[in-house]
Amino acid sequence: MSTVTPDVGHPGAGGHDHDSHGHHGHGHAEPSPLSLLWQLPTFSCDHKVIGLQFLITTLMMLMVGGALALGVRWQLAFPWERMPILGDTIFKADGGQIAPETYTMLVTMHASVMIFLVIIPILAGAFGNFLIPLQIGADDMAFPLLNALSYWFMWPAIACFAASFFFGGGPANGWTSYPLLSALPEASPASGMAQTLWLIGLTLIGVSSMMGSVNYMTTIINMRAPGMTLFRMPLTIWSMFITAILQAFALPVLTAAGFMLVADRTLGTCFFIPSGIVVNNAAPTIGGGQPLLWQHLFWFYSHPAVYIMLLPAMGMVSDMMACMSRKPIFGYKPMVYSLAAIAGLGFIVWGHHMFTSGMNPALGMTFMVSTILIALPSAVKTFNWLGTMWGGRIQFNAVMLNCIAFVSMFIVGGLSGIFMAAVPVDIYIHDTYFIVAHFHYVLFGATLFGCFGAIQFWFPKMFGRMMNDTLGKVHFVLTFLAFNCTFFPMHLLGVAGFPRRYADPYHFPYLEHLLPLNQFMTIAAIVMGFSQFLLLANFFGSMFFGKRCGRNPWNANGLEWSTPSPPGHGNFDVPPVCYHGPYEYSSPLSHDKDFLPQTEYVPLAQRQAVAQSGH
Amino acid sequence: MAGRFWAIFFMLAAVVTVGFSAIGPEFRWWFPGDGHAHSTLGKKIDDLFYLILIIVTVTYIGTHVVLGYVLWRGAGIQKNDKVWFSHGSHALEVIWTIVPSGILLFIALYQMDVWRNYRVKSYFPPKTEAVAEVTARQFEWRIRYPARGKKLQPRPQPDDIYTVNDIRVPAGQPVAISLRTDDVQHAIFIPELRVKQDAVPGLVIPVWFEVTDTGTYDMVCAELCGWGHYKMKARVVATSEEDFEAWKANAAKEQFYDGLPAAPEAVAAKAGDE
Repeated sequence: MSTVTPDVGHPGAGGHDHDSHGHHGHGHAEPSPLSLLWQLPTFSCDHKVIGLQFLITTLMMLMVGGALALGVRWQLAFPWERMPILGDTIFKADGGQIAPETYTMLVTMHASVMIFLVIIPILAGAFGNFLIPLQIGADDMAFPLLNALSYWFMWPAIACFAASFFFGGGPANGWTSYPLLSALPEASPASGMAQTLWLIGLTLIGVSSMMGSVNYMTTIINMRAPGMTLFRMPLTIWSMFITAILQAFALPVLTAAGFMLVADRTLGTCFFIPSGIVVNNAAPTIGGGQPLLWQHLFWFYSHPAVYIMLLPAMGMVSDMMACMSRKPIFGYKPMVYSLAAIAGLGFIVWGHHMFTSGMNPALGMTFMVSTILIALPSAVKTFNWLGTMWGGRIQFNAVMLNCIAFVSMFIVGGLSGIFMAAVPVDIYIHDTYFIVAHFHYVLFGATLFGCFGAIQFWFPKMFGRMMNDTLGKVHFVLTFLAFNCTFFPMHLLGVAGFPRRYADPYHFPYLEHLLPLNQFMTIAAIVMGFSQFLLLANFFGSMFFGKRCGRNPWNANGLEWSTPSPPGHGNFDVPPVCYHGPYEYSSPLSHDKDFLPQTEYVPLAQRQAVAQSGH
Repeated sequence: MAGRFWAIFFMLAAVVTVGFSAIGPEFRWWFPGDGHAHSTLGKKIDDLFYLILIIVTVTYIGTHVVLGYVLWRGAGIQKNDKVWFSHGSHALEVIWTIVPSGILLFIALYQMDVWRNYRVKSYFPPKTEAVAEVTARQFEWRIRYPARGKKLQPRPQPDDIYTVNDIRVPAGQPVAISLRTDDVQHAIFIPELRVKQDAVPGLVIPVWFEVTDTGTYDMVCAELCGWGHYKMKARVVATSEEDFEAWKANAAKEQFYDGLPAAPEAVAAKAGDE
């Protein structure tokens, strides 16, 4: 029975083979596949429903952020030409053209939506919520109501972002919102009410994340099942735990900075505003502040945030990769330590965003050393992923393909990071498209591919049905190819000195010849954008038409696979007991199958016999 | 053997990206202009760039060869074959921690000199004179030069010379500019000289460079400064010392020409120049 093909043999009766011994301790019947879906519009405190609410919200926001990106790409490929489809309705006043202030708005809001409404909530919010109690064997989060609030605080934030579009054309000061551009309402049309709303939205996202992270830490520390020691936790849980710590310690700084900037804008304080600055013939500022202070505070949060946007995906990919290679994770403890090292070092590298900012040059040197060193735990993780696949029986399904893409793209994104960690080289490539290439390889190439895999891997647990693997592969191939065609050339654009956030770079003689390459990239981006409809079709279609599956369609080891699909309220039939680590695939202890669920007890005599035989 | 197909798929992607980078310079998808830096520090920056590029390319190819091999092999393992049951190897972990950390530390420490030379004032080349004050504003660059034979003063002088979006410097010697901004944050970026520095409200930041070849170089703004960020177009004109002085003399004459016939030689000089 050493197979990972889904258990689809018993439609309608999926999972009964696993719990036929009658432990319906809480009176659970097998729930209907869509039981979680019907609870979506409710103020449910069930972690699974909240996770799903996060997931579906972020998938919607992914499409919004993608649409904004296509606006950016249109302008870069066909500057000042009438934008198709939406141009005539949205930009009617400009003759269907994207005006320069609109372009900077698109850049700003693409980043804001993707970072704050997609990547952070899909990892911590969606998968964190759904997986943490299931994987540690708890019946719910430690604070279910707080958990529900963390989701519902997303909506005021989304409302703030949405409302900001109607003031001055929308926020257009970059997702970093450097003062003074963002501090003085006179500085640009977008620096008025739009900027204030953006800052309030950001703060609300922070409140939501903070409620989540407190909850995750408490739950993981206190509510693990008996036998679930720290070093038997799946790496997903480790990564969520470390991410929660990162968030809890870094986020207050951003919240404080956000309030300071709002105060500068509305109360007349001058935390970030020096004296005697005249913007657009307004009265000189009174001042006494320092714009660099914002950069320090902002990046003190936002650099760790980069890891908040990556570590959970690393953890999930480790879980999926071990399962799909039918092999234990290579170097479990080094994986944990390197996660911790990335998080720890992540707190002392923020200055690498500021190498050209005019801060003390001695700081530049220290930040260079810490930044380059953070490549080390990343390299260790990469080698361990390769080691995990080495000699495994690799299942090339859509889940695994996305995981392999994660590793491959993460290598590219990690290696390009070394260029910008080196301060002198960063002088040249800072704020060029090289940076844009780098963070898209990490955030999209790594994190989003990891999420695509995770969606397909845990979908059966959410809905009791499988997603279509063929459609998943088509989506993967289209996205992977289009992704590389869009973002790989950006490295070369960056080397050519192509600056970021330019509505029309081509009036500079040294950039003229780069237009055809940009047109190619835009076509690829359009393919990539529209490919995501395949994911949505697969996701929503499979809820109703996917093949029914049992409790453990992937033959995986984690505790979550011992629950019904989808699990009812309270998750487990009986409180689970954990006997092994999560990655005992193909263990000699399990004779007839190639996996050893964490709940399966192996008698001592058998373990001793196997130990003596040399394993 | 669908698995083998995927092994080849991922390998091809890696091969295509490497190949694409290799042909980049053919299509001038590479460093701007003639592909070489035109400042002394710029050449060192390029050397570091290529050093890192070599290390990174070797690593990229190496890891992807391993990835391809692993996938190819993994695709061949049949349903009933045994997989390699292993939880890891302490020796391997030690090796692949120590070797990369050595390489990374080398990269970090090797760069210190160039950075120190670029930004730490006491390591600037001796006798680096501030030739001009560059003030960024939405959306142009205003440049103030001291009169001939005088030094740049922190505050404007009556005999200062002004230009807009046109920086003149002598080539072949280290020169400095004082970078300021009138309003929001901007950044000076001269790609062919590999110079970049933010102009921060409230600060005056010295930036030095030594242009090695005379010529005209594009200059852009590299920090989002509002809707017109993309149009802060300027140029840096590097000339010989004599031409620079001659330009300055001429610019002073033009700037202070009051339209009265008493200064016919200025008109004549100008006509002679052109």
